[in-house]
Amino acid sequence: MALQSGKKLPMFIGHIWSKQKSRWTLLGLRLLAFLAAAAATLVMVLNKQTKTFVVATIGTTPVNLTLTAKFHHTPAFVFFAIANGLVSIHNLVMIMVDLLGSKFDYKGFRFPMIASLDMLNLALVSGGANAAAFMAELGKNGNSHARWDKICDKFGAYCDRGAGALIASFLALALMLLISFLSILNHKLVNSSSHNSHNNIIALPN
Amino acid sequence: MAKTKRIIITILLRLLAFGATLSATVVMVTSHESAEVMNIKFSAKYSNSPTFKFYVTAEAIATGYGLIVLFLSSRRSVDRLIVILDMVIALILTSSISAALAVAQIGKKGDSHAGWLPVCNQVPKFCDQVTGALIAGFVAAIAYLVLNLYSLHVFLTPLFRV
Repeated sequence: MALQSGKKLPMFIGHIWSKQKSRWTLLGLRLLAFLAAAAATLVMVLNKQTKTFVVATIGTTPVNLTLTAKFHHTPAFVFFAIANGLVSIHNLVMIMVDLLGSKFDYKGFRFPMIASLDMLNLALVSGGANAAAFMAELGKNGNSHARWDKICDKFGAYCDRGAGALIASFLALALMLLISFLSILNHKLVNSSSHNSHNNIIALPN
Repeated sequence: MAKTKRIIITILLRLLAFGATLSATVVMVTSHESAEVMNIKFSAKYSNSPTFKFYVTAEAIATGYGLIVLFLSSRRSVDRLIVILDMVIALILTSSISAALAVAQIGKKGDSHAGWLPVCNQVPKFCDQVTGALIAGFVAAIAYLVLNLYSLHVFLTPLFRV
């Protein structure tokens, strides 16, 4: 990049937005998104509840039935865990690339790669979060037309933990949307004054 | 020449996406079937499930948006806004298709751990129509994602520069 570290950009939105400040803001947002997605994955993968029901009484001894609710019984939750895992890996890789590899650029492909990967992972986490959200709604309310009973009244802790994982995932989704927009906006602001946006293979010495 | 090629590709993708969302909405809304199993009247409509209602709403919004944007396609003033709105609509479509797929999978295979029986054996015609609507919605989601990536590419390589 031809800009020095402290150079200010032209005032676009009415406030001064220097290049370093925007870089650290994006990095902080990516860290938050990574933490949220990783938390969602972990909480969903470790989500398990066992409960014993008394189904009948023979004489004086009750007959017990032990049921377990695990996340991998439901394909939507498996997809949710995988999607959030992939998104947290993506955010981690983006943080590493920003911190350690800011000089690598192959014919100007760096920014389109980052923007496209951001967009694709945004779609992935959106799909995972919404699939799990509607499965959770089905588990909470059941569906009387299809004769499907609700399960959240029996497995309350499982449902609560699943709800926590869902909230974390939606937070990660909102953060990734913000990151996508900010990253594209930032790149356009930085490169709009110069006409060399695709020629920065070698940093121009100043 | 390059500008014409860009406009043609964009309009083709938008037409494909518009057709897909329109057919997804219509097929899902007109899917209903009643069956009688052991004197219990069993009627299946899309409005029985909140997920399918959400799916129809999302696809209808995307259809309306696609129709409006087809007429505004290459106006300079709303170009950036259309790129942003395209991204939002692509997100809405991916979320609605994944939610509907999750619930439809339960309807087809059941969930033995939760005691939920599959429904498709009783109402096969309903299940087939829902499958068709889901396939159309999937094509629409992919079309909008490709459109987004293509708009990003166009946005990043301005026309009059080598």
